[in-house]
Amino acid sequence: MIRTAVRGLGELFITAGLVVLLFVTYQLVWTNYEAHRAADQVADDIRDDWTRPPRGTTEAPAARSVMTGQGFAFLHIPQLGNRWSVPVVEGVELPDLARGVGHYPETARPGQVGNFAVAGHRATNGEPFAALDQLHKGDVVVAETRGRWFTYVVDRTRIVAPDATWVLDPVPGKPNATPTQRLLTLTTCNPRWASYERLIVFGHLLESRSKADGPPAALDGDGGDA
Amino acid sequence: MYAWIWRHLPGPWPVRGLLAALLAAAVVVLLFTIVFPWAEHSLPFLDVTVDQ
Repeated sequence: MIRTAVRGLGELFITAGLVVLLFVTYQLVWTNYEAHRAADQVADDIRDDWTRPPRGTTEAPAARSVMTGQGFAFLHIPQLGNRWSVPVVEGVELPDLARGVGHYPETARPGQVGNFAVAGHRATNGEPFAALDQLHKGDVVVAETRGRWFTYVVDRTRIVAPDATWVLDPVPGKPNATPTQRLLTLTTCNPRWASYERLIVFGHLLESRSKADGPPAALDGDGGDA
Repeated sequence: MYAWIWRHLPGPWPVRGLLAALLAAAVVVLLFTIVFPWAEHSLPFLDVTVDQ
């Protein structure tokens, strides 16, 4: 009787240990595998879409609305790897962030006056911003849209509280100011394996060039094929 | 627990082995598709946005 109970308890502990190991595998391997596969799919959809003539108005990209969850651009950050390229999806909810990096819907679009703000995972689920702390003043972040390359240069990085929504302001920290500059804000969790803070990267637009003129020098000509 | 399951699986041992493997696979699928995605939300890795 006691023997059966002890054996049952032992089996229970071993099973619990196996489940925890499986969960670690899920977090460190499976979520990344799934997110990379989903991001590749989004990237293919964007490239596909760009081979077709644009829908709706041919005005500035701002005039075209993007549905939540839809990919509409790429980020290239040479400092994070020669081929570091991730699709930008509209929205910052978890299903959006599981397929690339997410554009805060209320913020400016790439290259627009105001603040183009993007969030990305730093640990698990594709972890595009795993090494975002490696970005420093002077590094470039290239946003690729249908028609243009927008090269942003990093001004500074900040560690802020999770509720510091001022970083998303058109002029960060000045909620009532009228924007005149074209700015960039990247957000992710900090520390990497916790999240009681947020890591913020601020930048401003350095150069805007047409796709017809080829990719910017920062990408060494190979950033275009994601 | 495992001995109990093994005793209650039908058929000769190769069939039981196959059934046991299928059972284990079903449990893993259930964990990966429902339990783990749910449990993930109680970990802090997913909080990457600034909000109120």
